[in-house]
Amino acid sequence: MTSADEAARTAERVARESYGRLVAFLAARTRDVAGAEDALGEAFAAALRLWPTDGVPLNPDAWLLTVARRRQVDVIRRRQTRIAGEEHVKLIADEIDAAAEEGEAIPDRRLALMFACAHPAIERGMRAPLILQTILGMTAEDISAAFLIPAATMGQRLVRAKTRIKDAGIPFRVPEPEELPDRLQAVLDAIYAAYAKGWSEVGDTGVPEMAGEAVWLGRLVVSLLPDEPEAKGMLALMLYAEARRAARRNAAGAYVPLEQQDTSLWDDSQIALAEHLLHEANRGGPSGRYQVEAAIQSAHTARRVTGIGNWPVVVRLYDHLMALTLSPVVALNRAVAVAEVEGPEAALAALALIADDKRMAGYQPYWAARGHLLARSGQRDTAAEAFRVAIGLTTDLAVREYLQGQLAGLQDG
Amino acid sequence: MRYMLLIHHDEAALAAAPQKELWADYAAFNEALAKAGFSGGERLQPSSAATTVRVDGAKAEILDGPYADTKEQFAGYFFIEAADLDGAVGWAKRCPSSRYGSIEIRPVVAAEANWK
Repeated sequence: MTSADEAARTAERVARESYGRLVAFLAARTRDVAGAEDALGEAFAAALRLWPTDGVPLNPDAWLLTVARRRQVDVIRRRQTRIAGEEHVKLIADEIDAAAEEGEAIPDRRLALMFACAHPAIERGMRAPLILQTILGMTAEDISAAFLIPAATMGQRLVRAKTRIKDAGIPFRVPEPEELPDRLQAVLDAIYAAYAKGWSEVGDTGVPEMAGEAVWLGRLVVSLLPDEPEAKGMLALMLYAEARRAARRNAAGAYVPLEQQDTSLWDDSQIALAEHLLHEANRGGPSGRYQVEAAIQSAHTARRVTGIGNWPVVVRLYDHLMALTLSPVVALNRAVAVAEVEGPEAALAALALIADDKRMAGYQPYWAARGHLLARSGQRDTAAEAFRVAIGLTTDLAVREYLQGQLAGLQDG
Repeated sequence: MRYMLLIHHDEAALAAAPQKELWADYAAFNEALAKAGFSGGERLQPSSAATTVRVDGAKAEILDGPYADTKEQFAGYFFIEAADLDGAVGWAKRCPSSRYGSIEIRPVVAAEANWK
């Protein structure tokens, strides 16, 4: 391997491990995220130029921070010529110098940066893309692929959101304990949204990577806020889903529902970690949305592995989740569980309560579940109608084929 | 950072509110502002007293009424200094008018930023 290759690989490794840490540190005082990213980008470019000949420095983080800081101070100096500005610049420079000298111990402000990205004053849909870009250094192009938004539009919206952080004065800090639960929810929701993008659109090649990045962010939040049960609950929820990833498709690429999955394809180590996290979360305090959803996944996993039915427990967990979220999607999943305890008629009665909800009209899983329940209660014609709507709504090829199989089975049987 | 907080009232809701309590709340709020070192805000006459002027070429158009005929109308303002947006949101929540309409928070352009 040439020294150029080695330098490039070291720069890449440092980028992966330290990118967010360095951006967060550089942006924390100025709130200028775009400026911090630019400065760091130039530092990485300099590393690729100099490290092959000069060798990789002993502490690459500190080296990058020093170069980025010089660039950042130049920019601020050009902008602020007043004496107050000079003092401010010196303060920042001193602080960064001290951190670079300390080497290993560059203060970790990534959590503060995540709270800035998921601040209530930031448009909800942009919180996940902002976190993915600032903490992981993902490009607007990669993020846009997962969020189904044109790359140029995603780029513009990211720039606007960063300008807003700076101009509106959105703080870089971990909220006080009394407001932490609400604000943490926004951070967790953003990370989970990124995960869901990677989970639902399995056909797209760039997207499973997004799920991996979201899990990485989930681990980061748990490590930085070890006392928050909801953070553990969300990480556990993602890991239960990750554990089943290989079993969701058969050899031909067709969709396999949970009840028919080959459990030998499940990843035991991920399940064990999820169970451990859930157990710790349950010990930690009151139940939140993610903790209860993880508990439901734990119950499903246990039933498939042990073969012992536990549907009444699942229904009770959904009751709890319903009280927390009042979400029609939760009501839908609860109805499906009710079918296993009280039969399809009871489930259809439960489903009737959300039939008029406008959000359900275009929600594929609602129509698929309705089709299954109607088929089970022997109402073939209305079941066929529901399956056809579901087929019309799905964008996932494997799921469409599965539903077409269900529809055909209805006509044969 | 310096922020201007712009008060927008639902004038009907404000008129229907118990006036004595409302203005007692406002007196307390103004006192809190003064304690924090901020000058009190200013209250505007209702939008029925507004006049809007627009000059198009050489012709001045003068309209009776406010800039926009919306349910919530601009009704007053105050300035504060805060470390960040959360500090400004704290003052907006304290303002009694937040219960009868909305408070818009706008950062004031800092002097040195004019140089760009």
